Amino acid sequence: MNTKTKTFLRSLGAAAATVAGTMATADDITLASGITGDAAENFKQIVAPWEEATGHTVSLVPMPSSSTDQFGQYRLWLAAGNADIDLYQTDVIWAPQLADQFVDLSDVAGELMESHFPSIVESQTVEGKLVALPLYTDAPALYYRRDLLEKHGAEVPSTWEELTATAKLVQDAERAEGNADMWGFVWQGNAYEGLTCNALEWVKSFGGGQIVEPDGSISINNDAAIAALELAASWPGNISPEGVLAYKEEEARGVWQTGNAVFMRNWPYAHRLGSGDDSPVKGLFDVVPLPTGGDHDESAATLGGWNIAVSKYSERQDAAISLALYLAGPEGQKTRALVGGRLPTIVSLYDDPEIAEAAPIVPQWKEVFLQAVPRPSAPTQSSYNEVSSKFWSAVHNTLSGDGTAADNLELLELDLTDLRGNGW
Amino acid sequence: MTATPTVPKGRSLSAQRKRAAFWFLVPMLAALLFVAAWPLFRTIYFSFTDTSLTSLYDGKWIGFDNYLSYRQLSSGKVIWRGTLVDPAWWNAVWNTVRFAFVSVALETVLGLMVALVLHRNFVGRGWVRAAILIPWAIPTIVSAKMWAWMLNDQFGIINDMLLRVGLIDAKIAWTANIETAMIAVLIVDVWKTTPFMALLCLAGLQMIPKDIYEAAKVDGISALRVFWRVTLPLLKPALMVAVIFRSLDALRVFDLVYVLTPNSKATKTMSVIARENLIEFDRFAYGSAQSTLLFALIAIFVSLYIWLGKMDLGGKADQ
Repeated sequence: MNTKTKTFLRSLGAAAATVAGTMATADDITLASGITGDAAENFKQIVAPWEEATGHTVSLVPMPSSSTDQFGQYRLWLAAGNADIDLYQTDVIWAPQLADQFVDLSDVAGELMESHFPSIVESQTVEGKLVALPLYTDAPALYYRRDLLEKHGAEVPSTWEELTATAKLVQDAERAEGNADMWGFVWQGNAYEGLTCNALEWVKSFGGGQIVEPDGSISINNDAAIAALELAASWPGNISPEGVLAYKEEEARGVWQTGNAVFMRNWPYAHRLGSGDDSPVKGLFDVVPLPTGGDHDESAATLGGWNIAVSKYSERQDAAISLALYLAGPEGQKTRALVGGRLPTIVSLYDDPEIAEAAPIVPQWKEVFLQAVPRPSAPTQSSYNEVSSKFWSAVHNTLSGDGTAADNLELLELDLTDLRGNGW
Repeated sequence: MTATPTVPKGRSLSAQRKRAAFWFLVPMLAALLFVAAWPLFRTIYFSFTDTSLTSLYDGKWIGFDNYLSYRQLSSGKVIWRGTLVDPAWWNAVWNTVRFAFVSVALETVLGLMVALVLHRNFVGRGWVRAAILIPWAIPTIVSAKMWAWMLNDQFGIINDMLLRVGLIDAKIAWTANIETAMIAVLIVDVWKTTPFMALLCLAGLQMIPKDIYEAAKVDGISALRVFWRVTLPLLKPALMVAVIFRSLDALRVFDLVYVLTPNSKATKTMSVIARENLIEFDRFAYGSAQSTLLFALIAIFVSLYIWLGKMDLGGKADQ
């Protein structure tokens, strides 16, 4: 740890102590967070300097990796005014839905937020209230097996149509060589929030809009979106295992990291795990931005990302805010990038040489991040979960052959119009 | 304990015993009122309001709108809204009924078979009886998660075994495929709950007096005939209780479906869909209405069952 860090931490600790005034005992702060891959071990490493500087301790409450599951639990805890959890790690789409339950951080973090990407800070601001501080951002990319593409003389695809053809070619060639478990493309097709992310990318990159536009209009029923879903519906059983319709991130990574997939759509965390020493695909793969489709020239990556919010019901708010500031601050984000390969939301960290060396994926991802598309959580407000659920259901039905893309999207448009009523 | 001196002379012993019984029951009744009746009435109350989870105490009374309401459009067309015209709800009702019927039927038959085997004398019977209870003892969440991995299409052991034996020629996506999702849920439920049925049946079997069997043996009646004419009729009361226990459980099934196939249209049950509205969709009152309907459906089912099955819940037969 350099001197600058220590000074920063000391001042943080001092600030917490001053605010608390009579703080005599060290608090144990609880933080609820979804766990994917090795996030739990990394977390200890990230918070250790803060614990040392302030004398407090942090307990991680590990939650399921599905953000839908987390949301259900958090909403229950918050509705019950649960004081056991001080901090919640929140999905980028939750701010409008949970704004009332969290502490407004705009006063304490206003200055710190100036160094973050403005669009991300804005996504966490609801009616002037800063609901949560950004921890890291997330945008998926296309993982491909460089070795397999070279072996079979195929190019890295830049369109979804090319991807379909290449995946089929390599998959069939590999299977002919006795690699029976080989699949062309794995992604997240389970009926959950992740499918909304995947499908939004297909639709948007085909030029089919983003389900509900920022002005609140429902745009999903259009030819480009139909074409996108029709192409995707041709994948399961063809270039993707049929079980992809039950895959979340970890199932897709499971197939990919055992070396049984040519392409994978996944978030940055899979890059670091795939490059680990115990990974059979270590050094054999690369990432590129997701393809485009239907003659549209811009690809799309759903903007993910996680934030830290302080519960209104916490009885240790001062320490909790201090921890939130640390985690969202330059030190916390840098450590997270170094040990967890997470993308910082602080602009200057993308040019940090230490990060560039330890996690080369970070500067690499800047390009992906530029094409990020937000989910329609801002225009749809408290109805977002239902909009998303209706969207993923329509997509899931289409993918599993229950109705055509055109029929399902027409029905979806009708459902969304009903749901909107006189306004979101 | 000494008798209370305030009891007037001449009061019958039975009245005294009834009074004592009442006081012994009070703590349990209070607990029931607190943990069952109060939440139930609150849910029913919520279903007639527009409460949301973020403001639990600010709901306004809106009558039956969550169940059924209609609006007339300017074009004269009438639009019906509410749970009772929600296709997702009726799909869930159908899923639940189908699940309950098939799972309870399978579990009863298998449970009875297991109980008949366990009723016989053989070496190590105690161990086998204990071992067979293991699936029942594992928390549902754990067993559902365990089965989810076993049923996984790529790494799952089920597909691997079936492939090796040659029963299937391609890996089956058990939980993803609409056609097999319900089968997957049924497999896990039957695996888990058959021991429970077996245990209840076994208890029933042990109540049957042995001399009846001896008499049948002396008369040289075939084993099958003994089963149909002696075992089954005498087992019926125990079996009826076991079936209603299981049916109640099956009608409100939640955890298994939630872990295995949370968002599959083919397996969503009433409880799953009610939770979805209550928590995820910020439609707390609407979800409450669905919970209330779920309660009503189960209540109707139990009443019908008791009435049609002529079940004796009052214990009069013992007197």
